[in-house]
Amino acid sequence: MEMNSQFWPILFLSLRVSGLAVAISSIIGLPLGVWLGLRRFRGKSILIGLVQTGMAMPPVVVGLLLYLLLSRSGPLGSWEWLFTPAAMILAQVLLCLPFVVGISMAAVAAVPRELQWQLRSIGASERQSQWAMVCEARTGILLAVATAFGRSLSEVGAVWLVGGNIEGQTRVMTTAIVLETGKGHFSLALLLGAVLLSVALAINIVIVRYQWRALP
Amino acid sequence: MRQSRWWIFILAVVGLVQGCAKSTPPADKSEAVSTPPKSMTLATTTSAQDSGLLDVLLPAFEQQSGIQVKVVAVGSGQALELGRRGDADLLLTHSPDDEKKFIEEGWGLNRRPLMHNDFVIAGPAEDPAGIKQTKTAADALRAIAEKQCVFVSRGDESGTHKKELAVWKAAGIKPEGNWYVSSGTGMALSLRMAHEKRGYILADRGTYLALKNEIELVVDFEGDPILLNKYSVMEVNPARHPHVRHAEAKLFAEFLVSMPGQEIIRTFGSEKYGQPLFVPDAEEAVPK
Repeated sequence: MEMNSQFWPILFLSLRVSGLAVAISSIIGLPLGVWLGLRRFRGKSILIGLVQTGMAMPPVVVGLLLYLLLSRSGPLGSWEWLFTPAAMILAQVLLCLPFVVGISMAAVAAVPRELQWQLRSIGASERQSQWAMVCEARTGILLAVATAFGRSLSEVGAVWLVGGNIEGQTRVMTTAIVLETGKGHFSLALLLGAVLLSVALAINIVIVRYQWRALP
Repeated sequence: MRQSRWWIFILAVVGLVQGCAKSTPPADKSEAVSTPPKSMTLATTTSAQDSGLLDVLLPAFEQQSGIQVKVVAVGSGQALELGRRGDADLLLTHSPDDEKKFIEEGWGLNRRPLMHNDFVIAGPAEDPAGIKQTKTAADALRAIAEKQCVFVSRGDESGTHKKELAVWKAAGIKPEGNWYVSSGTGMALSLRMAHEKRGYILADRGTYLALKNEIELVVDFEGDPILLNKYSVMEVNPARHPHVRHAEAKLFAEFLVSMPGQEIIRTFGSEKYGQPLFVPDAEEAVPK
């Protein structure tokens, strides 16, 4: 890989795929997690079990299933998504969603119920008291987002399968690392790994600032 | 009380981890009762592994010699790098220029031709670039480039990729543009990608035959001598890496080029694919 011409598109694609995947899975997953954490209903434990099993889903299996779905001979072949960033984002959303839902649910459920009752007793509406619960749980909720980011940024199996690691189109940091290792360019692979870790550190510094900041 | 239990737990974990780290028991001088089974590491290209040839060669050798062969299947580039670092004892690769360089730089010994097969240019049956009529592989690639038909390249510096680049060079073209897809993946996945994108691809015949029934690609061009795919074995030089298992590696290399080894190569694949996948090349096997 010529470092200058190839490097930046790969890094930006990594950020684009992970960023969009985390955004989409947060938009879907956080409300779902909060709802699961606040509500009590029959069959809730089964649902939680399913969500937590989703956390153990091997990325290559997700990639494989998506590959078969999106393949030209598969049911969604007409979308022509295979070997495009869209397919990679879809795979990452499926992989991140269980983490976002599961962790945010646990965070909300860990806030003492008494808070909600107290707020209700001094005249807060149902909505307001629930929002207060969410604010109390923000550390855990942002941990859910950080975990999703970490998973999608470091994932390689699924994006390799559905993206195809095509130069200039679907090559991201992790697949580039595997490729350079395969070429025997160990030092370049190591350098890419260091860049990836630095990016993760930078993102998490931002998240941590919101995570532990006192509320106004 | 609780603390002591923790210590036992930690010690047990450490013990287990150490047990895993040592695949062969340490050679303890005080009790030289049983010698551990001899073993060696072969770094090989994925194409030799994927074809299933090693699954036939290894048991034959292990039975004869009692030496266990550990196979690391990687691209030719990585196989050579493993040899350069002393992480492998014997190399089976198909990248002649790099192999010569490897020997010249003193990393390897005794490079011997082992076998060859050939590359084909597979593509859609309609053959939009009309390469069925072309005379040479270079002409075929030139036609593909002129028509800007999709061409999937391995792009991973594997032996196959190097061969493809050599043909482009012979055609006098630097392949660039949207039609030229550099996949950076293995042979089987790249073939599937060419199938999905209805494009052309340079593939080794063995992998193509293995996938033929699952993809709608036909052989559009074959037979140019430039498309020969030559495999060699090399021992890693023990002068550079004293810890390599040179004796075992040499034995295996000698088995591969011996009559029995070459005979296995000559017949391999006939049953499954209707044609042998490799042609033996070692001097011993050339008919007199």
